[in-house]
Parts: sequence; structure tokens; C-alpha cells
Amino acid sequence: MAAKPFKVIGTRPIRHDGVDKVTGRAKYGADYSLPDMLHGKMLRSPHAHARIKSIKCDKALALPGVKAVITSADLPDLPDKMEMAGEAPVNLAHLSQNLLARNKVLYDGHAIAAVAATSAHIAEEAVRLIEVEYEVLPPVMTVEDAMKTGATILNPKLRNKEEGDKETNVASHIQFKRGEVEDGFKAADYVVEREFKTAMVHQGYLEPHNALAVYNADGKSTIWTSTQGSFAVRALAAAVCGIPETTLKVVPAEIGGGFGGKLTVYLDPIALALSKKTGKPVKMIMSRADVLKATGPTSGSTIRCKMGCTKDGKITAAQVWMAYEAGAYPGSPVGAGAMVIIAPYDIPHMIIDAYDVLVNRPKTAAYRAPGATNAAMASETVINELAEKCGIDQIEFRLLNAAKEGTAQTAGPPFKKIGYVECLEALKNSPHYKSKLEGPNRGRGVAGGFWFNVGMNSSAVVNVNGDGTASLVIGSVDVGGTRAAQAMVAAEVLGIKAEDVRPSVGDTESIGYTDMTGGSRTAVTTGAAVFAAAEDAVKQLKERAAKLLEKKPEEIAYEDGSFYAASDPSKKLTFKEVVAKFARTGGPVSGQASVNLRAVGPSFAATLIDVEVDPDTGKVKVLRATCAQDVGKALHPSYVEGQMQGGTAQGIGWALNEEYVYDDRGNLRNFGLLDYRMPTCLDLPEIETILVEVPAPGHPIGSRGVGEVNIVPPPAAVANAIANAVGVRMNVLPMSPPRLLKAIINKRSGSDTQIAAAGR
Amino acid sequence: MHAINYESPSTLDQAVKFMAAHGEKARAMSGGSDLIIQMRAAVRRPEYVVDLKKIPELRQISFSVQHGLKLGAAVPAIEIHENADMRKYYPGLTEAAHLIGSLQIQSRASVGGNLCNGSPAADTIPALIAVGAKCRVLGPKGERIVAAEDFCTGPGRTVLAPDEILVEFQIPGPAPHSSDAYQRFIPRNEMDIAVVGVGASITLDLGEDRCTAARIGLGAVGPTPIFAKEASAALVGKKLDAGTIEKAAQAAIAASSPIDDMRGTAEFRRHLVGVLTRRVVTLAAERARMATSR
Amino acid sequence: MAKKTVVETTINGETVEFLCEPRESLLEVLRDELELTGSKEGCLTGDCGACTVVVDGRPTCSCLVLAVEANGKKIDTIEGLARPEGLHVLQQKFLEHAALQCGICTPGVLMSAKALLDRTPNPTEAEIRYALAGNLCRCTGYDKIVRAVVDAAKTLSSARAA
Repeated sequence: MAAKPFKVIGTRPIRHDGVDKVTGRAKYGADYSLPDMLHGKMLRSPHAHARIKSIKCDKALALPGVKAVITSADLPDLPDKMEMAGEAPVNLAHLSQNLLARNKVLYDGHAIAAVAATSAHIAEEAVRLIEVEYEVLPPVMTVEDAMKTGATILNPKLRNKEEGDKETNVASHIQFKRGEVEDGFKAADYVVEREFKTAMVHQGYLEPHNALAVYNADGKSTIWTSTQGSFAVRALAAAVCGIPETTLKVVPAEIGGGFGGKLTVYLDPIALALSKKTGKPVKMIMSRADVLKATGPTSGSTIRCKMGCTKDGKITAAQVWMAYEAGAYPGSPVGAGAMVIIAPYDIPHMIIDAYDVLVNRPKTAAYRAPGATNAAMASETVINELAEKCGIDQIEFRLLNAAKEGTAQTAGPPFKKIGYVECLEALKNSPHYKSKLEGPNRGRGVAGGFWFNVGMNSSAVVNVNGDGTASLVIGSVDVGGTRAAQAMVAAEVLGIKAEDVRPSVGDTESIGYTDMTGGSRTAVTTGAAVFAAAEDAVKQLKERAAKLLEKKPEEIAYEDGSFYAASDPSKKLTFKEVVAKFARTGGPVSGQASVNLRAVGPSFAATLIDVEVDPDTGKVKVLRATCAQDVGKALHPSYVEGQMQGGTAQGIGWALNEEYVYDDRGNLRNFGLLDYRMPTCLDLPEIETILVEVPAPGHPIGSRGVGEVNIVPPPAAVANAIANAVGVRMNVLPMSPPRLLKAIINKRSGSDTQIAAAGR
Repeated sequence: MHAINYESPSTLDQAVKFMAAHGEKARAMSGGSDLIIQMRAAVRRPEYVVDLKKIPELRQISFSVQHGLKLGAAVPAIEIHENADMRKYYPGLTEAAHLIGSLQIQSRASVGGNLCNGSPAADTIPALIAVGAKCRVLGPKGERIVAAEDFCTGPGRTVLAPDEILVEFQIPGPAPHSSDAYQRFIPRNEMDIAVVGVGASITLDLGEDRCTAARIGLGAVGPTPIFAKEASAALVGKKLDAGTIEKAAQAAIAASSPIDDMRGTAEFRRHLVGVLTRRVVTLAAERARMATSR
Repeated sequence: MAKKTVVETTINGETVEFLCEPRESLLEVLRDELELTGSKEGCLTGDCGACTVVVDGRPTCSCLVLAVEANGKKIDTIEGLARPEGLHVLQQKFLEHAALQCGICTPGVLMSAKALLDRTPNPTEAEIRYALAGNLCRCTGYDKIVRAVVDAAKTLSSARAA
């Protein structure tokens, strides 16, 4: 790794795609059109749980303008098989049935049929004409209802290892253990045990899902779509449609937010199947109601967290029972939640039991550090209770127990160099923490968070142009400004300006295999691929310089923009001079790399939040927020700050107002952005950020993933702040005004302040 | 959306003739911020959409201290907020209009549309009730006047016959030392439907230091917005101290019959009726005290 | 079914004529008929502001305007914000302050911000936040957006003063 300071990395150039985005020229998925295009719309179940007895499409087909109607009968019946896609394996039968129900519907909004027509309005009207006969079944809406004896079973074929051949709604049980918890609790002077309920929440991206698909007569197809992973779409859409994977080309459009929710497919295979049936391009855009009803939110959960500590503030034991809603098919992030819940701390004895539970809700999908935010709400508030019992400051308590290099992880090898302590210290020394918080009903709360980040596969190509600029092709979809950061990596290695690199995101036929944009992997893994590709280009340029300087390639050094032989440093050639002669020295120069990173640096964050509570209404005003995060080495600090601010904002929404509200028939009540309440500009303060840089070992630049961990602490930080403001400890998310007010009133009247969650 | 026909009459006469001809098959539109959403969701499927925004009587704000206010039913909320007379003499009604939604919604949504949509949670209705607004309704059989508190008959239902339109609000001129206020509770700071809304208008006799007239309107706590008669009466003839205001707050709670829904529980709403009544009556009284003689 | 109507309107200073069904929204016509895809669809219920355009000087959700209503009106969309000479100060400041990440809310936010600065050249932070309350952003937490608008207001003011 370079010992010299970086020239480009760490600066703040204007992003390369910026002008397109501020002028409205950038093309997102819904902005694409093709001649002779049809429009597709979906029919979705109004029942949370039902058997499909019959589907009659004749009236829909008779409507002028309707060209095709499809159901699951038009898709191959895929076997129960696991396939890697996104960050986790995918069961293809479940995926396919989620997209078009087969025999049974499992949630309000479960897709049953799709119509292609000459206009979107006609397609919508045709959907209303499809007649479906249902046998309605009782809905199972909570993990408690799903796990109890005699529960209605969603999938009679589902089994888990522990229950043998018994029908169950529990898809899996994972356990992590270290030491002996009973000994740990015996050694504790204080023990706190709490039960938490967190509501299901949605990623809330502003852009609904979309797909434009063309199935050509020669069996080759193309899909334009807003996705976080074009290679994942290729694999999944091809599998669902039953076509060979590489006959499908996926072109990633610009994407209007994903946060993990656009790692899988919903419309792509449907649009493709409709295109195959009609022989025309088919475009589909999901309505906001369908986005909320039928795309993956993240799990609601029930978590019981018990921790003990000595009176000096050393945590001795932790015991966790956590059950996460998987939705209609297995695959909640409870495993990840279990791996991170106590990871920020050095705890000798622990046992964590984690359950993945089916309920009649949409199949959950990843949402920014999936599973971790629910978990932190439990652990980080229990930690504050312990700190209070010991009379120790909330940051000091965390410092006393913080994980460091060498501390055991919950799963996997001990930590290498990490930055949790540095984050806590940075917060302690921040202007925010040093400022006094005065006034009634005001409180300050801290919480920490951990996310392990992933590596996986990335490819990059650097093409050097004769005028001294370079083009960079990467496979990583740009959700938040990464193409600029990647251009900066290339520029740094090539020794040119960031503005002289032209980055673009390739499609599945123009760039080597690249895993999805998620898991906080782009800066790190794609960065490593770009670094290597640029180094490959420099190596070739050294060979060219050697020819021009009449020296051997091994003798050539490249420093400060100049090539020279160590033996004769007075004779220098600039980058521009060498590339200008590429035709004479061997042809175009193109560097390429594909990397697979296994061990990547995990991220820690610590967030400080001040609140003011209105004790008459239970409304919380967030006064000030500061997020400190270990980013390793920030490529483009403005966009790293942006990630931290965005995650903090989502965490605040999760803390205060966001939740899925179902009625007792299992119908989603708040399927719009009016009542699925995300923070507006008026609901948030300035969000301060502290970029802590503890370089990740083993990475050429030292970068760590930055996208996710910042969403983990805020709900717990807000809960801790509320506790300090008005003396009530909340154990539910969201801490909406009715719930907080009830807790305040209960406290005044002396009853238990740990309220039961209002019906989810 | 289903196929619709669009009409935009430019006179009251044309509008009435049209509504008379098509009755149930037609639906009047002002800002469209409720109707277009309802049509997309197939909750309403009129064959004819009658845009009333070109009719001058529905777009005017005409005010004088003696004669009071004539507020056209289709005036967008933002124009109300920008009108100096509205802000000075009817600050409560103005702030209710200003709370009707984002600035984008305020560019379109009207007080008339808000009332005719008949949502018990509509922001402007408690404020209209508080200022004693009368609604001028016009149909093929002629004209009638309906008090704002009598306009809504149930969730989404009003006294309007299918062939009638709401033309304007007639609001009495402000008495000396009178003013109004409107507040609502929402979980965020903007963009939400009111969980509870309370409007109050207060007239004071400064010499006697007592309240001579009071009207309190409640929103989102019953199947229709409510004129809280007893709560209003509890203030009249009295000095507005904490004890009197508390009596009014309790009477307002008693007048409300909220339900549990995804925006709040009945228990929460009843509590908020008390909190907001106290706040709004206090604020209206403060404004009334400050209102200079006109 | 109603026949299509001819609508004549002014869009970004140019006279434009289009055909539309009465049930089509202004947003649909802008995007599908006129290929001005800069205004975005986010919710179709007026709750997100991604479709914000300026109609007769007022920021409006184009998803809640019937296209037929546009007859005779003056409409400004994101496509008209930059001039041939260059970006509008707001657009430039958004880039400098990194006030966008995925960018889908950006056209709507810029139109609301422009409408604000046209009426209130020196807004306070509170006024800015209120004016943008109808534009949801899920990526940025709004912080850099507000800084960019504050900076743009300052720059436009000094340009005016000069």
C-alpha cells in the first residue's frame, strides 16, 4: 500500500453522472421505452392466506387492447433448490411462487396473474376483470401466533432440523454459544432482562420497481431494469422463466434507491414472460401500494435480551432469544441479527437462539444491515440500563467493554484491526457531546452498531485513451455515487485527475461477473478490482515507457505522473507522453481485473442523538444527531458522509414512525406514503458526521464498507435519549406518539412503564 | 383508471345545468387532490368529471370588515395563506388551509374540496365550524345555505345532492377582539392526516375581561367533524382562566367519539382533544386580546 | 370512451400541443407523450413530490393534475431549469454539496427549491425545510440538500446585489 499521501482519494470532485442527474436526463428504469411496447399490470390477492380454487381470464382477454394474461401456469414449476443470489442463497421454487402464486396465496398483495395491454390504463382495467375463486384461510400475522402449538401452517412441506417431520412455521433455528451463561450471570452484580417488539418496516426507496423486457424471436432477450445487481437479475429471471441464463442480457438502468430491496426480482421475469407470449416488448412499473404490499420489507421481530455486568461495568454474560418474521417464505435476516447483536462487545459468556418464522406477510428482503437494527434496539438499550445501574456514563460503559483487535466475534475468527473504540472516543470528543443539553423533557442517548460487510466478486476494465484520459467500466450498479469514487481509485493509480477518468456501469455482456451493489462491498471490493485493473494498465504502460526509454520494463518506476528508469532518473516521460504513442509501442492499453475478496474489514458506528419529548402528546423532536463511523479510508468523503446521514435518517424513521399496520384479517392498512410515514425534511435536524479512519488491513487502500452500519444505532440511541428525557424505557419500535404517551402516563400513575406493543 | 369525460364550465349556470343533466354519473372537481387519488384507486368511478375552477364565484376571496368574508369553494389553500386579510382576520382558518398538505398540495387543494370530500379528519372543517361558516349550495332547484357543522353526514358523505355544487363560504365579519386558531396533532411535522384537529374562535369583552362568544370545532374524532356545543358554551360569559378552559376541554372530550385506527387509538385521541382544546382556546384568546379594534 | 382532446400549453417557455385522454395525468403526458422523463413517478398520491413541476408559478404534484387541465397554463419542468449557457445555480450547488445520491428525488426537489427562491430569495433554514417537506428523499437525510439551497440563495443574492 502507498506510504505517500493520496492525491485523489479523499478529495471531493463533482460526480461524473451529476449533470445528468440534476437536469433530469439520467435514465432510470421507468424512463426507457421501445417502439410497439405493451404495458403490464399485476393482479394481486386481497386475502392474507387462501387457496386459489380457480382463475378465469376470459373477460380480461376480451377487453380491447389486452394482448395476454399469464399465471403461474405459464412459468416452469421449479424444484425446491437453493441458488446463490444477492447476499444469500435463494430457493427458486419460493422465488417463482412469490412472483406468481401457485395454488396458494400467502399475503395480502401476493401476485396471481399479469396482463399485457396497449396502455397501462387498459391493463389496469383488465386486471379488475380477472375472476378468482378463493378458499380463505385464517391468517397468521405474528411470530407468536406462528410458533404456538396448533398454529395454522403456511407451508405443509416446510421442515426444520429440530422438529423432524413435524409441520411447522419455523424455517430454522440457529444458535451461537460461548462459555457458560449461567456462570456469567452468577458473576454479575446487575442483570437486566427485557423483551422487545419491533414492527416490520420497508426500505422506502422512492422509485417503484420497474422492468422493460424484450424476448426476441431468436430466443435472445434483454431486460432494462433498476436493480442493485444485474447479474443477479440475469440468474433469477432466467431461472424463473426457464431460459438459459446467458441468452438474457440485463442492462442496469440508473436506480432510484434500493437499500437491499432491489437485490431480487419481482417484475423482471413477469415482463419477460409477457414479452415471450405477446412477441412484443413489455414494460412494467409497480404501483406504490404494490411496492409496500408485495415487495420485501424487513422483518418485524420479538427479541428477549438478558445481560449482566459487574458493578465496575464489565459485562459478564448475554442471553438472547430472537424470532424474526420471514414473511411468506423462509429467509429473514435473523442469522445476521444473531451474529451482530453483541458483536461490539467483549463478552465471555453468551448464548443466542435465533428463529426464522413464516407469517402471512410479504417475503422479507434485505434492508441495510439486515437484521442488525432490530437487534441493536434490544442490546443497546439493555446496555444503557446496565450503565445506569452502575452509575457509569453511556459512552464510558461501552468503552469499558468495546471489542478490539483480537476480541472473539460471535461467528468467525477474532477481529483484526477495528475501529469501535475510535468511534466511541470520537463521539466523546465531539462538539455535540461536549455541548450542554438543557431544558425540560430533553435527553441525550448513545448507541453502537456493527456490520460485517461482504466481499464477493467484482470486475473492472480500465481503457487508457491516447489523450491521457481513461475510461473505466465496472459491473457495480451505482446507487449513491460509487462510480465517482471508483473513478477516483483509477485516477489515483494511473496518476491522473479524477475528471480525466470516464466511469460507466456495464451490462451483463460488457463487463465481467460482478456481484450486487449491497453488503457495503462496492468501495472495498470493486475498489480493489479497479485498483488492480489500473495497476495492470500501469504495468503495461511501464513496458511502453521502457520501449521509449530503451530500458528494460523491470527498471521503470512510475511516480508523480512520470515514468523513468531508476538508473537514469533525469530522462522522464509523462503519462500523456507515453500514452500518446500507444499505436507505435504495441497498441491500445487496457487493464483488467476480477477479484474475489473473502476477508473484508467490518464496520462499527456509534451514534449520539438528542431529543425533546412533548409529554402531553408523546411526540418526539430530534434536536441533534451525530454519527461516528469507522470508514477505513474514505474514497470520496462527501458521499461517505451522505451514506452516514442517509442511514441515520432511515434509523430515525424506524425509531419514531415507520411500521406496517395490518388489520385482523391480515390486510395491510397503510399501503401508501401518507400512512407509511417516512421522515420529511421538516422532521430531521442537521446530521453531523465524524469519519473515523482506521484502515482495514489487507486492502490496497484500507477502505471499509460504509453503506450500512449507520442505520443500526439510531433507534436504540433515540430510545436511550427518550429514557434520559422523560424517564421511560421504550421496548417497542416504532416509539410512535400513542405508545410513548401511554408509557409516560403509566409512569406518572406508577404503573409498569414497559408497555406491551400495540397490536401489530 | 377507468375512462372519464372532462367538462370545465365557466359559469355557475353551465355547471348547474351539467350536474342536473348527469347527476350520479358526474362528480365535481376542484383541486383534484382527493378525487384523482380516489379514481385511481377505483373508489369513485364517475363518468364525468366537472372541473369548477374556471367559475369566478368559486375562485374569489372577497372581504370587508362590515360584511365579512365570501370565500369561493375552489380557491387553492395557498392563495388563502397569501391573502393578508385572511391571515389578519381569520388566522385559524388560514392556518388550517396552510396545514392541508405540502406546498404542492396547497397549490391545488381547496377548502371547498376539503369539505365536500367529507373526511371527518379534514383540517379545514373544524376551523370553518369555529368561525361559523355558512355554505352556499346551488342546484337546479335553487340555492340553500347549510351551516358548516351540518354539511357532513358520515365518513365521505355530505348533504350535497348529486346535482348540487358548493359555491362559496359565507363567514361573518370579525367582531372586535375576536380571533380564531386551529391546531392538529400529527406524528410527523407535515404531510400527515390529522389524528385530531381542533379549531376555536373566541370573542372577548376586554373591559369585563370575559368571553362573550366561543365556538369550538373538532376533527377526526367522530364520523363527522363536530361542533362542540357544550364545550363552547362552557366558555361564554366567563373569564378564560385555567379552570374554565379545563371545563371546556373536558366537555370537548365528552363530545368526541373517536375510533381506533392506524393513525391513533381512541384513548390517544380523547387525550389529544383535551390537550389541543386547551392550547387552541388559549391561543385564540391571546389573538383576540391582541386584535385591535377594526 | 372519451375521445382524445387537444391541449395547448407552454412548457419551459415553448408552446406545446399534445393529444391526451381525460384520464391521463400531466405526469403521464410529460413522460410518455412528450418524453420529458425528468419528472418522476414515486407514489401517484401526492405524498412524495418526485413529480413536482411548477404550474403558473406554483409547485404542484403533476400526478394530481389531469393533463387536460394544463390547457392555457405555463408549466416549468426540470428540463427547463438549466440554460444553454449552463446549469442553474441550484443545480451547480447540488453537485458541489453532493446533495444527491440516487438522484430520483432531485428533479422534484430542485423544482420546489426554485419555486421557493423565486418567491423568497433569502429563506431561513426553517423556511427551506418547510418548502421541501413535500419532497421525500430516502438517501440523503436532507442535510446536504438544505446546505445546497442555503448556498444557492446566498450566491443568487450576491449576484443580484452586484
